Amino acid sequence: MSASNYATERETAEGKVFTVTGGDWDVVLSGTDPINDERIVVNMGPQHPSTHGVLRLVLELEGETVRELRSVVGYLHTGIEKNMEFRNWVQGSAFVTRMDYLAPLFNETAYSLAVEKLLGIEEQITERATVIRVLMMELNRISSHLVWVATTAMELGAINMMLYGFREREYVLEIFELITGLRMNHAYVRPGGVAQDVPDEAIAKIRDFLKLMPKKLAEYEKMLSGQPIWLERTQNVGVLDATGCLAMGVTGPVLRSAGLAWDLRKTMPYCGYETYEFDVPTHTDGDVWGRYLVRLAEIRESLKLVEQAVDRLRPGPVMVADRKIAWPAQLAIGVDGMGNSLEHVAKIMGQSMESLIHHFKLVTEGFRVPPGQVYVGIEAPRGELGVHAVSDGGTRPYRVHYREPSFVNLQALPAMAEGGLIADVIAGGASLDPVMGGCDR
Amino acid sequence: MSAPQDRTDDGGVPVPVTPAGATGGAPAELPPSSPAGRGMFGDQGTGDVSGYGGLVRPQRSIEAATRPYGGYFDEVADALEEAYPAFGEAIEKVVVDRGELTLHIRPERIAEVCQVMRDDLSLRFELLSSVSGVDYLGADARRLHVVYQLTSMTYRRQVRLEAAVSAEEPHLPSVTSVYPTADWQEREAYDMFGVIFDGHPGLTRILMPDDWEGHPQRKDYPLGGVPVEYKGAEIPPPDRRRSYQ
Repeated sequence: MSASNYATERETAEGKVFTVTGGDWDVVLSGTDPINDERIVVNMGPQHPSTHGVLRLVLELEGETVRELRSVVGYLHTGIEKNMEFRNWVQGSAFVTRMDYLAPLFNETAYSLAVEKLLGIEEQITERATVIRVLMMELNRISSHLVWVATTAMELGAINMMLYGFREREYVLEIFELITGLRMNHAYVRPGGVAQDVPDEAIAKIRDFLKLMPKKLAEYEKMLSGQPIWLERTQNVGVLDATGCLAMGVTGPVLRSAGLAWDLRKTMPYCGYETYEFDVPTHTDGDVWGRYLVRLAEIRESLKLVEQAVDRLRPGPVMVADRKIAWPAQLAIGVDGMGNSLEHVAKIMGQSMESLIHHFKLVTEGFRVPPGQVYVGIEAPRGELGVHAVSDGGTRPYRVHYREPSFVNLQALPAMAEGGLIADVIAGGASLDPVMGGCDR
Repeated sequence: MSAPQDRTDDGGVPVPVTPAGATGGAPAELPPSSPAGRGMFGDQGTGDVSGYGGLVRPQRSIEAATRPYGGYFDEVADALEEAYPAFGEAIEKVVVDRGELTLHIRPERIAEVCQVMRDDLSLRFELLSSVSGVDYLGADARRLHVVYQLTSMTYRRQVRLEAAVSAEEPHLPSVTSVYPTADWQEREAYDMFGVIFDGHPGLTRILMPDDWEGHPQRKDYPLGGVPVEYKGAEIPPPDRRRSYQ
């Protein structure tokens, strides 16, 4: 097969178009006139290993310099927001958890906080449920940042870091599996509390993780922080200062790497974060290197938060007492897997006709939420994750909109990459940590 | 089973049809979920298979708030009134609900109000957190609402601005010149609701394909029901598959 089978060439009104599939750059070069065709337009993605999922970048290049960059999103649009309008409020948890698949517990918690605010039951959420939410979110922040450092290092050539990052993330996913039954898409945090209590084995495993993780973090730093190639690829690359971040609406580690210590856990606390002891790491350079340092430091702060949350766990209910809202379930492992415990089924079926009807209505029809709208923002691993929820008084969301940090932050990519080298597009884009499932919803 | 008369067969691309609940007054009465008037999996009604799609809810509108609004809301309203001469004309309604302040703004004024909200020293809403659309079909003649969540990092305050336009005349000024972050979020609101932001640098679809017809998150747009092309073959939507009919 000759090389021309790979790079097909055709003439269009805009100029020559090549379809490049890899290993055929010579064909493209021999087909262009180096004197007159200075600018070439390269389409990168949506299927490309270093665009973090189905992100498409259209790059206008002059040599190796990026003159213009446009990002195209929407390839993973799944209509979650529309679908939610056709299911009841509790079922919404199972939809939102699938948006940003690296931070499912944040999606669920933000949604639950919004529904609880609409219901006006924030005060009734039990202490234990809130502590479990904080515990799960912080573990999730660690696993999300681990994926970030793993994939970014891989894209910049450090394959070993990819293996280590995913290895430690696996440990967190095992903890999640022990608690929620699933590694991803948990639907664990529900309006009113959480789906089930944390088992004792999970606490023991979390304590082991707390011992293990600082050693691993030190290893990552030993491997990357002083490494000349890593420094070359990250320092003064993809710079975006605080003004640029605010204009583009960029929040999270990227904003903090530009020197602004804006963390909703501190500035607009929710879930009792104001009672925990932790710091907000910042950096002043606003480059990829700063974002790397901020994220590693955030893993350390999250470990502190997890430890405090585990110490605070006191026995108690994990769902609101209000029987008009609380999901009527008591899960247990049976011979055929997880389901309602036999005692609970006997109780529902045996008590009275009315309680059976109530149970049936609550599960199939769902609870009603008074009309109105709320906005709840929480600090997700990628920045401000906001939920705008509207109720018309019915048993289903009238409208739920997610302010997804991946979506908003990606707008800043041209500002970071234009005028720089094409190699730095990869580093800059990766440093925004976009998750296309969240971006496209 | 025959399709209702008000539908044209257009190859399965949904067309707006007058929803069954549009005249009832309750905002979320659900429309028929496909142009066939018949939802997925042979469902005759709304595409909602829970069995509760026909519930009628009593309509209750949110009352406008009167002074004092409480908390920092009075300070924000006072500061805006002082800094923005057209305050009385631009603000249609002030709502305080669940500890959140919503200013309903006349749509043509939204960019000016955002400019003042961002630049006035006693307001300082530096960050536009979110822009989203809501379709209040049947509840409001100007059914398409655009909702802006503003955050003041200096004062740690949040305010919601809301502007309503009709589906026939869905125009309002873009706020991208004040908050560049509104760029993609306005494109999403255009894509999903068909709201046209005048002055936006490139108002194109963002999540749906460029050649898509209709605005999927409008309440009269059905759930599901479009054919999918896969490897050259066209897979009909579930409600048109023979096995479900």
